[in-house]
Amino acid sequence: MTTSTISVRGIEKSYKDLHVLRGVDLDVQRGTVFALLGSNGAGKTTLVKILSTLLEADAGSASVAGLDVAAQAAEVREAISLTGQFAAVDERLTGRENLVLIARLRHLRGPGAVADELLARFSLTEASGRKVATYSGGMRRRLDIAMSLIGDPAVIFLDEPTTGLDPEARQEVWETVRQLVGKGTTVLLTTQYLEEAEQLADRIAILHRGRIIVDGTLAELKQLLPAATVEYVEKQPSLEQVFFALTGEHADDAVDAAQERK
Amino acid sequence: MATNLVGDTAVLTGRSLTHIVRSPDTIITTAVTPIAIMLLFVYVFGGAIDTGGATESYVGYLLPGILLITVASGISYTAYRLFLDMQGGIFERFQSMPIARASVLWAHVLTSVIANLVSLVLVVGVALVMGFRTGADVGGWLAVLGIMTLFTLALTWLAVIPGLTAGSVEGASAFSYPLIFLPFISSAFAPTDSMPGPVRWFAEHQPVTSIVDSIRAIFAGRPVGGELWIALAWCVGILLVAFALAMLTYRRKIS
Repeated sequence: MTTSTISVRGIEKSYKDLHVLRGVDLDVQRGTVFALLGSNGAGKTTLVKILSTLLEADAGSASVAGLDVAAQAAEVREAISLTGQFAAVDERLTGRENLVLIARLRHLRGPGAVADELLARFSLTEASGRKVATYSGGMRRRLDIAMSLIGDPAVIFLDEPTTGLDPEARQEVWETVRQLVGKGTTVLLTTQYLEEAEQLADRIAILHRGRIIVDGTLAELKQLLPAATVEYVEKQPSLEQVFFALTGEHADDAVDAAQERK
Repeated sequence: MATNLVGDTAVLTGRSLTHIVRSPDTIITTAVTPIAIMLLFVYVFGGAIDTGGATESYVGYLLPGILLITVASGISYTAYRLFLDMQGGIFERFQSMPIARASVLWAHVLTSVIANLVSLVLVVGVALVMGFRTGADVGGWLAVLGIMTLFTLALTWLAVIPGLTAGSVEGASAFSYPLIFLPFISSAFAPTDSMPGPVRWFAEHQPVTSIVDSIRAIFAGRPVGGELWIALAWCVGILLVAFALAMLTYRRKIS
């Protein structure tokens, strides 16, 4: 008996001779972020597709929100939302039309109001009447995630949500994920960026060659390596800190300082 | 789920039709090639073609075949639009949502029928300007509309297959080229009697000839004979086989 919102037991999947998943087990508790780490081709996307009912597993079982993904696929789809690796937006529609489309397909009342609320929340109101083809990568991803939130799904799958985004857009996505979890949504996130997992995840698992090789909190994972040694090093700002100092909200002072030095 | 299928198909058809309204070139390019062929044959080659004592003008003789060419080139856009949905990930988004899954395909099919009918109206309009006249009454026009809709449905389900499986835009639309050429080896442009043995045999036993002959008879106000049943059998046959294959391809795609 399990209290997990997502429960995966012995999932296997092969494409012809290629064994992508070789018996995956994991549990995600309600209202937490679970990060699935792995290099390209580790099987992260395949697992997400099985959990979001896009693929059938060859063996094993999985349940989402207490529903079996194979036997109760239609009910699972009521409870989940998928944000795939590439922003699944309709480029030839406007931002608002994209949201209205999804709200209609989820059979919600007042799809226009639902769309307007999300546009405001994701700072897209100004661009709402423009075709998505004109949006930047960050705006597309924001719209993509906004589309996934329609209908308040209990579980959200985010498959590499920040791949290809600039640092600012990545921060925005992280902030969105934190807000979601604050409201009790369960998030399963796949990523190649270790920092993303450190920033967001309550639990982290590493998928390697089709199996979960470790699964635990960040603190638990850190204990797997020899105890920390104390060294004294001069702390240089990272490039990211420099970038935000120069382009962020309080950037003017830093830019002035940089120009004075010339 | 049945009520969802209708509602969801309507919502998604609205989406595809918005695409078409935003880029009406897809309807115009669909109509341009057949209109160009029609102009070429009526004003360049037509004078030299002996239609074997047919009573109608050559444009009237030619029009049924031109209509089929219009549909054959129009359905490649269905494959193209479906391919774009597969590529962009929005297909997977729809599939992971609580909707009637088949509505995603049906919406593309209905859009194809509507877009092709608009292209057909354009082509018929040009034919009227070029001197096409018909004695067909309302019933006759409805019969032509019915045959063309059935033919479009059949070819559209065929187009769904490359739309689902193609690896590139070119691959998604290339399948329609042989379909566009099929009317050239039929009774669409010249009577089959003048063709050499094997070509004539092929022309007389492929679907285009029976469909062309039926529509030509309806437009001329002649009684339609057994060719209509052969034409309908071809259309329904292609429709059933294409639908079954498309569904099989679709199931493979999502498992």
